[in-house]
Amino acid sequence: MDSEQLIACPTCDVLHRDQDVPAHSVARCARCGTVLAAPKSGAMTRIAMLSLTALILLAAAAVFPFLELKAQGLSHQASVLDAVLAFSQGPMAPLSLATGLLIVLLPAARYGALVYTLAPMALGWHPAPRAAAAYRWAERLKPWAMAEIFIIGVAVALVKVSGLAKVGLGPAFWAFAALLVVTILTDNAICRLTVWKTLRTRSAS
Amino acid sequence: MENPQNPQRFLTAAAAGLAGCRACGTANPGGTRICACCGSPLQAAAPGSLQRVWAWLAAGMIAYVPANLYPMLRTTTFGRTSENTLIGGIAELFSHGSYGVALIVFLASIMIPVAKFLAIGYLAVSVRRPAALGSHGRLMLYEVVEFIGRWSMIDVFVVAILTALVQLDFAAAVAPGLAAVSFAMSVAFTMLAAQSFDPRLIWTADSENLDEHP
Repeated sequence: MDSEQLIACPTCDVLHRDQDVPAHSVARCARCGTVLAAPKSGAMTRIAMLSLTALILLAAAAVFPFLELKAQGLSHQASVLDAVLAFSQGPMAPLSLATGLLIVLLPAARYGALVYTLAPMALGWHPAPRAAAAYRWAERLKPWAMAEIFIIGVAVALVKVSGLAKVGLGPAFWAFAALLVVTILTDNAICRLTVWKTLRTRSAS
Repeated sequence: MENPQNPQRFLTAAAAGLAGCRACGTANPGGTRICACCGSPLQAAAPGSLQRVWAWLAAGMIAYVPANLYPMLRTTTFGRTSENTLIGGIAELFSHGSYGVALIVFLASIMIPVAKFLAIGYLAVSVRRPAALGSHGRLMLYEVVEFIGRWSMIDVFVVAILTALVQLDFAAAVAPGLAAVSFAMSVAFTMLAAQSFDPRLIWTADSENLDEHP
């Protein structure tokens, strides 16, 4: 038995013979139904482009004004950076750091790693040096990149504030809203095992 | 689909003396520590790994207590300061007539955390004991917990946004309360508990039960 041609289901460990799956069909684990391969034509290009879009949106979201509050003739503008620094005073400084990581830095790191790994695949090149490590980190960071959860939090905050004052939406708000869509599209396009298989075959050739 | 009278036998990588990688699916030779394909550390699905699940889960539950007792938000309007706990905030949303949003916050900060504690505890217990829920049901439970856990962070972000936004000097100012920190910690710990759970154990326990009762 040549272990090179076997795939262990990442969820339940059952061995499967690694066959070439035709494009646009899905191979599932015989026991638990986990997707083992779901090759789509142009998937690498799509994921790389979506990740690049997400990076640009993230940069815009961090820089541009986010929300503006007007009440009693006073107005206050807040950027995402202000939201991050909201906890920076007093004993809650670590939470400030965590918020910054969760909504800006970790998503940026994840999308950066995805572009780094998948752009050479999309172009048909050899994988970039340490592409495996980069993609491994992209997968590990996935649950901790919470930019799309942040925008739902914004929606809730808007409802809470709306009785108190008038709220204006800045460009960064729309950047985050678009990021929500791009994140969902990216996550749906990625098939982890297919990416690994592509990385493996490209590195070998 | 499944036939309980005659369960189909599946050959796992562990049973074949191989070390399957949970990240990329490569079947490495037995005893390998680092996956040859992706470089992830390889760990056998041993019930001992449940200790980490229990430890993170306990931490998450402990942090959830102050998250409910201490104020989440401290609002100052024209010199008057009012404090809102997690449940108080939901009640206020509800009394303002924002039922949909109140429901979202209730789901994200009360229902989901509590359901997650129960679900992870159940999954960890069911590895050792015969479970009422079949393997497929437990796998689905695990996947739901993994998917939904991070959404509990909403409330922490709401506090961050309100604090950053509502700074109108005398008219209105919002400051975060201690509960925001403990709630964030509770969510993070519970996420780590879910990630520490090895889903392969669901099936290991199952095949052992089959061996015990042929």
